[in-house]
This record gives sequence, C-alpha cells and structure tokens, in this order.
Amino acid sequence: MSEVTAFQPDPQYLVQVRDLREHFPIATGFTKTTMLKAVDGVSFDIRRGETLGLVGESGCGKTTVGRTMLHLYKPTGGEIWFDGRKVEKGPTLNEFRRRAQLVFQDPYSSLNPRMTVGDIVAEPIDVHRLCASRKERNERIQNLLSMVGLSSEQATRYAHEFSGGQRQRIGIARALASNPEFIVCDEPVSALDVSIQAQVLNMLEDLQSQLGLTYLFIAHDLSVVKHISNRIAVMYLGHMVELASSNELHHHPLHPYTISLLSAIPVPDPVKARQQKRIVLKGDIPSPLRAPGGCPFNTRCSRATEICRHSNPAFLEVAPEHYVACHHVSS
Amino acid sequence: MQHLLEVKNLQTTFFTPSGEVRAVGNVSFNLEPGKVLGIVGESGSGKSVTAYSILQILTHPGRIVGGSVKLHGQELVGLPEEEMRKVRGNKISIIFQDPMTSLNPVFTIGNQLMEAIILHTQRPREQARERAIEMLRLVGINEPEKRIHQYAYELSGGMRQRVMIAMALACEPDILIADEPTTALDVTIQAQILELMLELQKKLGMAIIMITHDLGVIANMCDEVVVMYAGRICERGTAPEIFYNPRHEYTRGLLRSIPNIDNDEKSRLIPIMGTPVDLLNLPKGCPFAPRCERAMKVCLNQFPEEYWVAKDHIASCWVNVLEKVGAPLAELGGQEAAQQMAREGEEAAQ
Repeated sequence: MSEVTAFQPDPQYLVQVRDLREHFPIATGFTKTTMLKAVDGVSFDIRRGETLGLVGESGCGKTTVGRTMLHLYKPTGGEIWFDGRKVEKGPTLNEFRRRAQLVFQDPYSSLNPRMTVGDIVAEPIDVHRLCASRKERNERIQNLLSMVGLSSEQATRYAHEFSGGQRQRIGIARALASNPEFIVCDEPVSALDVSIQAQVLNMLEDLQSQLGLTYLFIAHDLSVVKHISNRIAVMYLGHMVELASSNELHHHPLHPYTISLLSAIPVPDPVKARQQKRIVLKGDIPSPLRAPGGCPFNTRCSRATEICRHSNPAFLEVAPEHYVACHHVSS
Repeated sequence: MQHLLEVKNLQTTFFTPSGEVRAVGNVSFNLEPGKVLGIVGESGSGKSVTAYSILQILTHPGRIVGGSVKLHGQELVGLPEEEMRKVRGNKISIIFQDPMTSLNPVFTIGNQLMEAIILHTQRPREQARERAIEMLRLVGINEPEKRIHQYAYELSGGMRQRVMIAMALACEPDILIADEPTTALDVTIQAQILELMLELQKKLGMAIIMITHDLGVIANMCDEVVVMYAGRICERGTAPEIFYNPRHEYTRGLLRSIPNIDNDEKSRLIPIMGTPVDLLNLPKGCPFAPRCERAMKVCLNQFPEEYWVAKDHIASCWVNVLEKVGAPLAELGGQEAAQQMAREGEEAAQ
C-alpha cells in the first residue's frame, strides 16, 4: 500500500476515497466483541459536478460509506480527499462539513418535530454562522424554501403538517443551506410514492445544474440510480465489486453479482417481463459478522472456483473507466 | 357465470375522531380460479383495506358499510364471526408485508405452523407436525426438521417470508392474498419469493390477489390488474391492456413517472403534479381531478361511472366519455359495444 501514502490528489475530482475502512465493534458474547466490517477497503473518485450512484442490498455498507465519508463516523482506516485536501480531524473539518452535506432517507425521523421548518432549514446557517443579521437569515430561509418548491409562509409550520414528499423537500433545503458543493443523498426517494419520487428526482437534477452540485446518490433501486447517475458503483458486503458509467453498467455488467442484480429488477412491462431471463441467486447475503473468506460473493456465485474461496480479487480497471473485482473477469 | 370471488360495491369507512375516512368506496372486481390479480396503488389508496375487508380483519374504527363479497357465490359480508373464521386461513389466507412483525417472536415457527393446521383440519399433533415439515420443504427451506424448532429472529427476512407463505398455504386455500409481500425485501430476495409464489400457484392452482405499489412486480406476476386511487378503482383489466392501453390519467401518470432502465438518453421524468389526496376531505367528483392535467368541470363535480373501454378493460374517467370511447358498464351489451368501438378505432388507425 505504498501508493496510498504517496497519494497525490487529482484536481479533476472533487472527492477521492482511498481504501476506506469502517469497522464497528459488536458485542457477540458476555465479554466477546467481534469486528463488524461494514466497509472494508473501498476506493473511488467523484468528478466535479457528476452524480455517482452507489447501489447494493441492505447491509452491504453503502450508507456507512456515505456517513464515513462525511466523518460522521471516524474512519477505521483509509483516506478521504476533498478538493485537494485531506479530510481529517482538526480545524479544517468544520469547513469541510459546511461544504459537504447529507440528505437522509427517512423524511419522518430526520426532522425535529419540535422545531419549525424555518429553524430546521436554518440550522446549518446558525451552526456555521453564515448570516450576520436576523433579516438576512430570514431572507435566506425564504430563498431556500422557494428553491425546493415550498412557499415562504410554510416556514412557521412544523414538520408533522407536511406530507412525505414535502418533508423530503425540507431535508433538501436544509442540506442546501450552507452552500455546499457536495451532497450525499442517502436513499432520498425510497420512502416516497412513485408519483412523488419523480418530482423529487427532477428537483435534485435541477438543483444540481443550477448550483453546480456534486452528488453521491445512494439507493437500492437500480432504475432510479441509473436515471440520475453518470457512473454507478455496486457494493456487496462492504466491498466495491463494480464501477462503470451508467449505460456501460446496464449493457455490459461484468461482475456476476451485478448481472444477477440487474436481472432481478422487475420490469414494468408485461411482455418484456415474461421474456426476461432471470438469474435467481441462491441463498441469502451472509451476515457481515461472518463474512466468507476470499471473494465476499463466493458463497452465492455460480462461477465460484477454488481461488474465489481463498483470495479476495483486486478492484481492477478491465476496460476504460470500468472497474471490476472478480477473478474470472480480469483474467 | 359464477366467479371464485366477486366483490361488488364494497365500501369501508374508518370512523375516526377527526371524521369519517372513506378508505374504500365502491370497489368491484372479480377473481377467477387460478388467476393472479394485482391491486396497485400508492399509500393510502385503499388497496390493503380492500384486502382486509374481504377477510374482515379490519381494526377498530374501520367497518364495512356497504357492498358484498361473494366466495363461490356465498355472501361473506354479514357472516357470523364463527363462520368467518372457517373461511380465513382455510379458503382465503393472507401474507403480510413485514414478515418480522407478523410472526410471533416467542413461539417456534413449527409451533405457529402447526397451530394453523390443527385449528383448521383437526389433525392430530403428529400429523400436523409432518404437514408443517412438508410445507416448509415446499417453500424451499432446507433442513425443515431443524427449522421448525427455530424462532423467527433466527431466520433472515427472505426465510421468514417463506415461512409466512408456508403458513398461508398449509390448508390449501382457494385464494392467497399477498399484501406487499416483497416490499421489505432486497431485489435478489424479492426475485426468489416472486418465483416461489408463481411456482406454488402453478403447483397448487390457487388464485392470488397481489397487493403492491410496484408496477414491476405487477407486470411480472399478474394476469389482471386493478388500479386504485383514494379508495376508488381508476381502471381494471388485463395486464397488457392496463400497461399498453391505459385509459385513466392516473395510470398514465404512474407509468410515465417511473424511470425506464432501458432508456440511455438523459431525459427528465414526468411526475404527477400535486400531493396525494387527503382522505378526510375527499373532493366531490373524481378524487384524482385536482392533480389531473385533463380535468374538466364535470370531473370536479361528479364521479365518473364505470365504462367498458375495450374487451376486459373497464375505466372510470370522464375523458373516455368525452372522447366517446366505449360504453357504460351498466348498459346492456356494453362490452360488445366497447369491442365494436375498439375495432372501429383500429380500422380507422389503419
């Protein structure tokens, strides 16, 4: 890992993550603790102004990647570089937190029921002391609410008076309050109805082009991720297994897990659905507490051989801009 | 012709302190033996309440206030509780969305499976145990002899849903109601469960009512589809009719608003504008009218009647009346008239 220590940031990327690890100690007995390796050696880059989609099933570590990147959890290992600077504890961390924000999945539990919408939205402004006067603060709140399609009189209401889609708009307004450049969207539309989902997705795209934002878009719904992302990364059990441009990943998936994940999506078209060749994976995702040795996917993979059970494949660029971690693809 | 299940003008209301909530208003559909019927709608559309009303397992302030549900021609609404219990589990059974909360955490899964079998078939314990093991094997659980001694927390989400299915099918019901059976599961596990349900349906020949908000699941599973909005049926018909020839603005909007994974061009989604209806203050006319792009004056004042728009396709939308597509359901020979009109339309198109 000598190249990691000599890491030179590349200015075309806003965010660069190298060998990120996040292990949580879990009590598994009276005195015993086991390390849960939620994220185990993940590396990727995000270009300025692009949307990187991060997909995977529950428990694969995608949310942990997003939160660790923002230093909401202290990384167990690895480095995060933001705009040419290494993100670490110290005086620069506060400035990083102003420039990088998070939109949460659940619009119900992520808004404080005792605060007015105006105060919720203004919290980043207050924390980072971005407005000098009360008047400026109020103007900023009005401005933020109109950006997400809410009216200014709604600032004095409470979160429970809003529907799920409107609450998610409030969460997005809050994330925008500190003028960030980078936003981690952690399943922002999963809790919403389809008709509302499209509204919020369109709004996220509009805000991105207006404000020049860079997104990490975390979701489990591949059709949503493909719609919004320029590139997509697929995670499985704390490891990244594939990364490619959205269209490339859709048309030429290489990792057996990605292939089966894509084939498992129910297509909303009766004729196509009946023609669709499904690769149904056997078994369940292993518990991350008892992750298998070797390639994390070897217990469910149809192509697994002896080498898969012993060594974890490296994450290699097998075609331009197409990275895969599989013994049977790189060779 | 007698249908397996005939739901007619079913109305269910919740009498809450803040007012009457008409969760289901005038819902009618039929289910034929061995068919899969999908009920699709967003949250609050009344799809689950429709299922609960069929089984009469509504929770307290909810009550069926009108309509009829006929199973094999036998009326279920108004049946004494004693009789209704013989129907539930035995003739119609249900699996719920969340397999964790619908299994009892303090009993083994074998115990819960056997309870249903003993209650409905009066078999001795030993035979019930054998039947439980047989059912677990049928739903693809390995080592069922061991599994019947396990508790729900020892199983994964997919396994729990398999146990729920085993429990629902233990008494060989004629109808299985699946209320969002895969919503809590991951896509790869969802694919397993859907595959299992279709396989069992072929093997056992039961009919399925599939309740979901996912149009993808509907397209994969269902022969017939009912689209619901605000407790009302927008349209119903065969799956190809609903997907390729939607005749209600809500269905069209829903189909437009989901991202198409095969579309490589960067395109904008077309959302349905506005917010979902407040069931406490339902609009007077068509509940979708406030969000509908093509809403007319009549839509705001009067609920559209059911219209045959093609063979095996009924829709409730004033636009069809305006465009003279089809004929009223109530009219004698409406179906034939609709067929005739569809043919004329095709000829005109050619």
